[in-house]
Amino acid sequence: MTALADHGADHGAEQGVGQADSPLRRFLADFFESRVATVAFAALLGIVFIALFAPWISPTNPYDLATVDILDNRLPPGSEGFTGMTFWLGTDGAGRDILSAIFYGLRTSLSVGVMSGLIAMVMGSSIGLVAAYFGGRTDTLIMRIVDVQLSFPAILVALVLLALLGKGVDKIIVALVAVQWAYYARTVRASALVERRKEYVEAATCLALDHRRILFRHVLPNCLPPLIVVVTVQTAHAISLEATLSFLGIGLPVTEPSLGLLIANGFEYMLSQKYWISIFPGVALLITIVTINLVGDQLRDVLNPRLQR
Amino acid sequence: MSGPALVELQGLSKRFVKSLDLAGKLASKLGSSIREETVYALDGVDMTVAKGEVVGLVGESGCGKSTLGRIVAGILKPSDGRILYDGRDVSSLTPAEAKAVALKVQMIFQDPFASLNPRMRVRDIVGEAPLVHGLVSRGEFESYLDDVLARCGLDASYKRRFPHQFSGGQRQRIGIARALAVKPDFIVCDEAVAALDVSIQAQILNLFIKLREDLGLTYLFISHDLGVVEHISDRVYIMYLGRIVETASTEDMFAAPNHPYTRALLREVPRLETRHSDFLPIEGEIPSPLDPPRGCHFHPRCPHAMQRCREEAPRLREVAAGRLSACHLNDGI
Repeated sequence: MTALADHGADHGAEQGVGQADSPLRRFLADFFESRVATVAFAALLGIVFIALFAPWISPTNPYDLATVDILDNRLPPGSEGFTGMTFWLGTDGAGRDILSAIFYGLRTSLSVGVMSGLIAMVMGSSIGLVAAYFGGRTDTLIMRIVDVQLSFPAILVALVLLALLGKGVDKIIVALVAVQWAYYARTVRASALVERRKEYVEAATCLALDHRRILFRHVLPNCLPPLIVVVTVQTAHAISLEATLSFLGIGLPVTEPSLGLLIANGFEYMLSQKYWISIFPGVALLITIVTINLVGDQLRDVLNPRLQR
Repeated sequence: MSGPALVELQGLSKRFVKSLDLAGKLASKLGSSIREETVYALDGVDMTVAKGEVVGLVGESGCGKSTLGRIVAGILKPSDGRILYDGRDVSSLTPAEAKAVALKVQMIFQDPFASLNPRMRVRDIVGEAPLVHGLVSRGEFESYLDDVLARCGLDASYKRRFPHQFSGGQRQRIGIARALAVKPDFIVCDEAVAALDVSIQAQILNLFIKLREDLGLTYLFISHDLGVVEHISDRVYIMYLGRIVETASTEDMFAAPNHPYTRALLREVPRLETRHSDFLPIEGEIPSPLDPPRGCHFHPRCPHAMQRCREEAPRLREVAAGRLSACHLNDGI
């Protein structure tokens, strides 16, 4: 990798640095340098595709009571059902196809994770930016709230909130956002503190641009690299937290089963050797979280200027 | 000095206070020697810059010259004192007027790498402020931008590029274009050429001179490089540890410096005539602005220091027409 800025010659830019070596291309080349990350990224794409198109690609609609036959219940993987279709991953206690349930479950899990991740990111990074930019008491107050928030175990906060709010997709998103915004706030504050001392922020102040514009147009874009990493890691965290809550029976309602609920549903059959009802949704959850984390790790490596080779 | 004052500073002071945290306050209550730390960056600075003039501001690093520049440019607020722009106190203006004045005073920074937002294209770096402030309509924007860039010696085709695709000199030109795009009258150049190669320095200095002729700009040129200041300035202020110690026209100053500090500074300027002589650095270090010496700030390093210098801070007094110096030696010897 060549140093991008060519000092000295005042006509450096005329040599047509640029297209061939644009930051995006460099970033992509670095990212896909690792085989593990490439595979993880492909798997993640597949998972997202399944989640998006679950109603069209899953073999059955597991929640359409007209197509579910109770006589198909607890069939082992690969067996043929009453109506002649093959259940590749078996069926659960109510005769639903596990594969289809996983597809639908991924849809719920991912959307809850991504939604809460995005909302927490917008909230948390705005708060972190404000703390860093204005400093002083504002900063102290916000960061002490963050400290308090982070000193409670996430699961405890979520449990208390859900006990107060009740069940529902919206409520679990509220609980997840409440647990996670602090991570974003802390990350963005840290990088914004560095950025706001740079001369380009002084230049923007000198140009009489208003605070909001400086914060969101000038400072925030330069805080993005660490933020992207936190988004991926925290989304994975949100998905697993939601699965935990659903497994405990206080997360999502039975009408919108996520992977956690599917695992909980099969849990009672584990000891009677009907492993597939719990294990396959568990494996799906595992793959999802591992791939997101692998992608996040690689992003962190690529976006960290200190690791730049 | 010629013409009416465009910018006038009266008794400008800036203190940076590092206040104690809770533990520190507690320790201080319990009798520890921990105290609030106050840095006296500027101490009662008076300065006048006439319209169309180029004023050099010289001093060692850490003497407060960048702080002064940032206060004049509106980036920092002074702790005490007044800034008059065109005869009006900046702090008494309505928000709309203050904004107009803020745009009239622009700044060019030392580090051409940190002073451009790495995630913005040249087009946005230079063009954002004029668009936001409505100085140019959307229809005329492109041609306006091309004009500003051309004035600074940049090609219009550079608009879509990012700062990292340019060399140091070109980046500095982009910084100048950014400042010029809001049609300023007064430009603060904070060590604007210090980070550049000598050959590029000359180009940028010539650009400053040309822009001054074309647009009638006024400059406050902050530098530690006496050669550069001598080349570009009409008048020079010498600063030491937050105070102005001497001011004179460039010719007078370089011909016959009055203040011992100025004399010591000028002696060290490398010149062709003196290239074989040894250089004697000023003795001692610049004192810490956390705990500046009493009396004249320069007395610990001054070869002529007397008892009076240790007790009483000298005031800036006129020693000749248009020349001010703050030294007790000028009082009847």
